[in-house]
Amino acid sequence: MYRYDEFDHRLVTERVAQFRRQVARRLNGELNEEQFRPLRLMNGLYLQLHAYMLRVNVPYGTLSSKQMRKFAHIARVYDRNFGHFTTRQNIQYNWIKLEQAPDILAELGDVEVTTIQSSGNCVRNITSDQYAGRAKDEIADPRIYCELLRQYSFLHPEFSYLPRKFKIAVTGSPNDRAAVAVHDIGLRMHRNAEGRIGFEVLVGGGLGRTPYIGQTISDWVAPEDILSYVEAILRVYNMQGRRDNIHKARIKIIVNQMGIDKYRALVDAEWQLTKNGALKVPNEEIERIHAYFAPPAYERLEDRPEELAGLRASNREFDRWFKANVVEHKVPGYAIVNISLKAPGRAPGDITADKMDAVADLADRYSFGELRVSHRQNLVLVDVQQSELFELWSKLTALELATPNLGLLSDIICCPGLDYCALANARSIPVAQDISRAFEDADELAEIGNLTINISGCMNACGHHHVGHIGILGVDKRGEEFFQLTLGGSSDQHASLGDRLGPGLPQAEVPAAIRRIVATYLRVREGDERFLDTYRRVGIEPFKGAVYGAESQAA
Amino acid sequence: MWPFTSLGGTRLLPNSAMQQMIIANRLSDGLVVFLARGDEWVTSIDAGLVIAGPVEADRLLAAAKADEQRCIVIDPNLIEVVVEKGLPRPLAIREAIRAFGPTVRTDMTDAA
Repeated sequence: MYRYDEFDHRLVTERVAQFRRQVARRLNGELNEEQFRPLRLMNGLYLQLHAYMLRVNVPYGTLSSKQMRKFAHIARVYDRNFGHFTTRQNIQYNWIKLEQAPDILAELGDVEVTTIQSSGNCVRNITSDQYAGRAKDEIADPRIYCELLRQYSFLHPEFSYLPRKFKIAVTGSPNDRAAVAVHDIGLRMHRNAEGRIGFEVLVGGGLGRTPYIGQTISDWVAPEDILSYVEAILRVYNMQGRRDNIHKARIKIIVNQMGIDKYRALVDAEWQLTKNGALKVPNEEIERIHAYFAPPAYERLEDRPEELAGLRASNREFDRWFKANVVEHKVPGYAIVNISLKAPGRAPGDITADKMDAVADLADRYSFGELRVSHRQNLVLVDVQQSELFELWSKLTALELATPNLGLLSDIICCPGLDYCALANARSIPVAQDISRAFEDADELAEIGNLTINISGCMNACGHHHVGHIGILGVDKRGEEFFQLTLGGSSDQHASLGDRLGPGLPQAEVPAAIRRIVATYLRVREGDERFLDTYRRVGIEPFKGAVYGAESQAA
Repeated sequence: MWPFTSLGGTRLLPNSAMQQMIIANRLSDGLVVFLARGDEWVTSIDAGLVIAGPVEADRLLAAAKADEQRCIVIDPNLIEVVVEKGLPRPLAIREAIRAFGPTVRTDMTDAA
C-alpha cells in the first residue's frame, strides 16, 4: 500500500496549519464568505443543506484498516456516527463543524489521508478498479500509474485553477470496473503489437447535464510517457477551456465542439515539446512506486473448489452470497470478497462508525488489513483465504453486511440527493430504498441477474444515472419531485448512454415501473442474456409500452 | 422529529395561513438556524419567528444580513411557511428538509 513520503508529510502538515489560520480568520471576520469559500473548497469542505460537508479522498479506492478506523473515529467524534462512500471512491461526512474542521484534517493527516483536491477546479481523486492488483483478468496493477499521476498533480501550480474540475480514472483490466469512459481522461491499460504494456487514452468523457462517452485520443501511450501525455491534454484544456460559462467549462465540451482529431493535433503538438523532457518517467521510479504496492505475504495455497462446493451445497444463503459477492483472485487459494452497502431499505453507500470499525477488524483478521472502496459504493476485502470464506460470511451476516446483491438490481448507485445536497432537485435515496424493498427476494434478484440501477437527484449526475442499465434522474416540476427513467446505459468497456424512456414518474410509481421493465425483460430475454444485452437487441419500445401502456405505443 | 409521515413526492400546498420565516446556516458549525424573537438564531423551526408582513420581513432580513456581516450566519433568506396547528412548516421540500433533517434519517434532525 502506498505510504506518504517526506514531501507528502510536510505538505499536508503545512496545509493543515494554513487552513487552521484561514478558518480562524473567517470566524473572526477577517475573511468574508466569498473570500473563504474557495479556500474551504480546496480542503474538501462544502456547505450543504444541513451543515458543512467534508469530502475525504480515498486514493484509487485503497485504504488500510487503520485509515478505516480513523474514518469511524471522525464519524463518531465530529459527525453523526456515519459516513457516506461516494461514486468517486471517497467518503463524505454531513454535519462537520467549521471550527473543528482543522482538527479533523490534522487527524486524517495522522493516518496519511487528505481532503486536498477533493473539490475545486483541479485534478480530483484519481479512481481505479476496486480489484486492482488482485484481479485475475488484470494486465498489471493500475494503482502504480494512479499514484504517479497523483504525485504529479498534487498541488500542481499550473493545474490548480483549471477551467473546471478534472477527473481521471485508470483500469488495468480489459473488463472496465472503473468507468473510465465517463471521465475527463480514462486510461485503459493494454499491450501493443510488441507485447509492451501501455495505455489507450480516452478523453472528453463525462456525465452531468451534457453527457459524453470518452473518445480515443491515443491508441497506445508508453508508461514512461504517460505524465507528459496527460500534461499535454491538461495544458491544451487549460488554454482552450470555456472559463466564461460553467456549464461549458469541462473538457468534454471542448473535445466535442472542436472534434477529437483537432484536439488530438493540439495535444500532439504540445506533447512534442515535452515528451522527452523532465516528465519522462524513469523505469526506476515506476519500480519504486511499484514496491509500495507489493503484494502481501500470501501463503502457498491451493484453490479449494471441492470444499467450497460442499459448503455451498449445504448452505443456500452462503451459496447465494458466494455467487454474487465473491470474485476470483489471481493467487491460488485466495478470493476477493465484496461487502455490499446496499442492504434492503438502506441508503446506498452509508455505513455507521461501528460497522466501519467492524469491517476494519475483519480486514485485519482476514485480508492483511487492506480494504477497497468501489465506485459502486461498496467495500471490498481483496485477500481472503478461500478456507476462511464461510467464517467471514458468518461474521458479515451477523453485522448485516452480507447482502448477496453485487451487480444485481438492488446494488443501486445513488447520490445523496435532496436529503443532503444543496444542488439536488429531488430526493434519490428514498427511491433507492423503495426499489430495494420491492426487490428483497434474493432468488428473484438472482433470476434477474446482472442489472444496474443508478440514481441521481439532479442533472449533475453524481449517481451516474446516464450509465445505469436503468438510470433514474430526479427532477423538480413546479415544486414536485418526478423521476425520469433511462434504459441501456453502461459504464464498462462497451460504455453507452441510456435512452430516455418517457415522461417522469412520481416517486410512488417508480418501483412498479421497474417491475414492469424487469417483467418485460424476463419475457423477451434469450437464454442467459443480461438485461443490457436484451435491451440492445430489442430496443426501447417493448419497455416503453410496459411502463406507459398502449398510449405510448400509439404516440 | 419529522412532522410529516411522508412527503409523498409532492410539496405542501399553500393556504391562507402562508407566511414567511428567515433561514440561514450558522457560520461556526454550519447548522440550519431560524431567526427568532430578539434577533436570536435558533435551531428549531418551532422556536423561530413567523413574520407578520412584508414590512416586517424587509426589516428582519436586513437584521439577518447584518448578522451575516458580523460572521454569525451565512446566506440568510426568507422562506415561505404554512402554519399548521400553531407550528410553522416550510412550503418547499428543500426547506422542509433543511428544517427537519434528511427524510431518510429522521433521527438526525437538529430540531429533535
